[in-house]
Amino acid sequence: MKHRYLPTTDQDRKEMLETIGVDSVQALFEDIPESIRFKGDLKVEKQLFEPELIRYMSKLASKNANTLENASFLGAGVYDHAIPSVVDHVIRRSEFYTAYTPYQPEISQGELQAIFEFQTMISELTGMDVANSSMYDGPTALAEAGLLSAGQTKKKKIVVSKTVHPEARAVIETYAKGQRLTVVEVDSSNGVTDLEKLKHEVDEHTACVMVQYPNFFGQLEPLPEIEKLVHEQKAMFVVSSNPLALGRLTPPGEMGADIVVGDCQPFGIPAQFGGPHCGYFAVTKKLMRKVPGRLIGQTTDDNGQRGFVLTLQAREQHIRRDKATSNICSNQALNALASSVAMSALGKKGVRKMAEQNIKKAHYAKARLEEAGVETVFNGVYFNEFVIKVNGPIKELNRKLLTKGIIGGYDLGRDYPELNNHMLVAVTENRTKAEIDLFVEEVGGAK
Amino acid sequence: MSKDQALIFELSEPERISYSLPELDVPDIDLDEWLPEEFNRKTEPELPEVSELQLMRHYTALSKRNHGVDSGFYPLGSCTMKYNPKINEDVARYPGFAFVHPLQEEETVQGALEMMYNLQENLVAVTGMDEVTLQPAAGAHGEWTGLMMIRAYHEANGDFNRTKVIVPDSAHGTNPASATVAGFEAVTVKSNEKGLVDLEDLKRVVNHDTAALMLTNPNTLGLFEEQITEMATIIHDAGGKLYYDGANMNAIMGAARPGDMGFDVVHLNLHKTFTGPHGGGGPGSGPVGVKSDLIPYLPKPVLVKENDNYRFDYDRPQSIGRVKPYYGNFGINVRAYTYIRTMGPEGLKQVSENAVLNANYMMRRLQDAFVLPYEQHCKHEFVISGKKQKKLGVRTLDMAKRLLDFGYHPPTIYFPINVEECMMIEPTETESKETLDEFCDVLLQIAKEAEDNPEIVQEAPHTTVIGRLDETTAARKPILRYQKA
Repeated sequence: MKHRYLPTTDQDRKEMLETIGVDSVQALFEDIPESIRFKGDLKVEKQLFEPELIRYMSKLASKNANTLENASFLGAGVYDHAIPSVVDHVIRRSEFYTAYTPYQPEISQGELQAIFEFQTMISELTGMDVANSSMYDGPTALAEAGLLSAGQTKKKKIVVSKTVHPEARAVIETYAKGQRLTVVEVDSSNGVTDLEKLKHEVDEHTACVMVQYPNFFGQLEPLPEIEKLVHEQKAMFVVSSNPLALGRLTPPGEMGADIVVGDCQPFGIPAQFGGPHCGYFAVTKKLMRKVPGRLIGQTTDDNGQRGFVLTLQAREQHIRRDKATSNICSNQALNALASSVAMSALGKKGVRKMAEQNIKKAHYAKARLEEAGVETVFNGVYFNEFVIKVNGPIKELNRKLLTKGIIGGYDLGRDYPELNNHMLVAVTENRTKAEIDLFVEEVGGAK
Repeated sequence: MSKDQALIFELSEPERISYSLPELDVPDIDLDEWLPEEFNRKTEPELPEVSELQLMRHYTALSKRNHGVDSGFYPLGSCTMKYNPKINEDVARYPGFAFVHPLQEEETVQGALEMMYNLQENLVAVTGMDEVTLQPAAGAHGEWTGLMMIRAYHEANGDFNRTKVIVPDSAHGTNPASATVAGFEAVTVKSNEKGLVDLEDLKRVVNHDTAALMLTNPNTLGLFEEQITEMATIIHDAGGKLYYDGANMNAIMGAARPGDMGFDVVHLNLHKTFTGPHGGGGPGSGPVGVKSDLIPYLPKPVLVKENDNYRFDYDRPQSIGRVKPYYGNFGINVRAYTYIRTMGPEGLKQVSENAVLNANYMMRRLQDAFVLPYEQHCKHEFVISGKKQKKLGVRTLDMAKRLLDFGYHPPTIYFPINVEECMMIEPTETESKETLDEFCDVLLQIAKEAEDNPEIVQEAPHTTVIGRLDETTAARKPILRYQKA
């Protein structure tokens, strides 16, 4: 069989078999016992030639409503932001995407330097000393922060606010089960963590407290008050943050966080139905040697020339095996590169401006909805999301909105029974005034 | 090529931008006034300020300092560095795949769900398992997911004392690390003189506290565990489960299936066997397949098909829960599915046959110049030892660095840990005989240099943009970020 990915010719095969000293390729598989040799045909779908394949895959793709053709007001952890064209041009360079983990620094300086730059940008945004080279996504990074805290404090209780993303809390639950840690969830009050209830839960057995900033409802948690409460009990303060928001909001690193994690999806990474995105993990200097995953460090060669290497590898699974700080091996390097390119393209001023436009457009949308008589709940300060209450199921409203070319917000009743008929509305810089006005008109008319 | 490469921060000048945000089209508000004092950021993050061309030149320069599969041969053992098809990259960027939100109403994402469902079915067929989840993000994540399911299974049977997971001494580091994260203790089983699991030692370590045996087959030495059915019996008789690390699936597609060998749980690395690109370290995708008795424990939600509609089932009371937000690394899964459809069933079988042919050919060409620790045919990869060269003062590390001078990415070195001075070579099926011959010729030449002119090997590399780096200082006095002088 000839295939464009398989260059071996019949003549090659003949010569190679001669060198090996066998008559057929089958002879190379004779160590597979007869009883378990697979003899039938694999029940895999049939081969499609490229034109047919393109038509088929295009057809599948076109069955999905996309956020290029529809105006999306859906966020809840994944956002529709401007992606500078340069991002894809850089990550499509095959020297980047067809390489693997930079084990051989002499021929991987490009990747190593790009990730060193990424680590720097994340440190800058979060206000932390050290950031790693990436994690799978924000929620698994948050779960790993829980494991780090438990290891560091030798305590077994993780306290999580219910204003943390519900799917992140579900992931934390699974990781905690693995390590036999206890997870306690704390209720919210007016859209932010209930400080009285939090105080009640944080005690001498607490490894860490996890909050999200801006939180799942878009609201800003009172980090200074929470920090005091957490550190009084010698627990670790873990904050999950949208890095774009930190372009304008005081970073958790300046408010006493020990670990800051989150997802870089807002910077240059399309939603792609939930993944791959790109988790980040940032810590204080004190925790540098406890970080999960890869770290890139600067050093020099024999001639004193600057270069970059994978460093502090004694933490990692390929050296420490069962004693490693985490089992993570592959990370999200290509997406970390995408985020670096997006942050560089926007630049220092652009990131700030983009963050500001998110607040301003969300502010405009919220004010217009209120004017139109739509009930908004929670009255704290927010970033680019807020909550509205409508009369009737969100699912039905979203179905109606889609006919107008709008992807509606998130149905909070899915995770919070008390918030039935409540919609989490996201307004990014990508939403135009006209789109917001149409949304207000449609939602206002349906209230 | 210039030897020095500025950091992007060092190119930065105030006011430069490489993206123009549209002007605000809604009424402005004064954020200094609107934001409460404690949330109003005062220290500006030092992000770079460069023009679009400066940005492109910077990253283009970096890319030139990087070796990928498209740049040249990359026989990195256990990583399956095969060609990454370009059509996959195109398809993954279709707006209906790339620009779809994971929390959209299910009726608006039926095409995405159909793709996932089909991919799951194809992976069921290749592995011989009963059901597959696409949720895990990478191989190690899949290992942990599989082990968590095994734990849930034992606990559901009231079996709380199965605390040990057995791994061979040749196992990848993620195996014992995943066992720990899943709450188990890793126990090592020795390899025998043939490089296979020592059955006597296995019988010795197996007992009533065994939760599972984790195995790669072919193993990390590239050798097929011929006694796999006996091992399965030993583990199952003791009440344990058999876990298959699919890192080496590229060797046996269409030739043997883990499900038929007696494995209960399987993870696959779609970025290896199924061409999702490696991305400089990720993202990957690590689906997990299980036999029917483990289906109740699959991560939730589980994708189900009803008539011609697809939906997520969240009502899974025995599920281990979520291991990842949303539904896995969908973008990588699109690429893997595109690849499977490009190859078809016969194509996939041919892939493994050619991968195994290539590895055996190289092994026989190199066996006299180096030490071949295991004589039998290999599968998709093999291990040779540089013991002979070490006696001449040339380490395997030196030979790896010397390969850089010839434009090759070196093989995996010093892994697996049970073979001294080893080099683990995996050519993959996408390489031509000419490439294999040229690489073997160079490696044979390096072996000769080790005898005649060891310095040239010991001091390698000579042609790269940078020499050997001081890793000790990097670890002792870590500099992990740029700071303005």
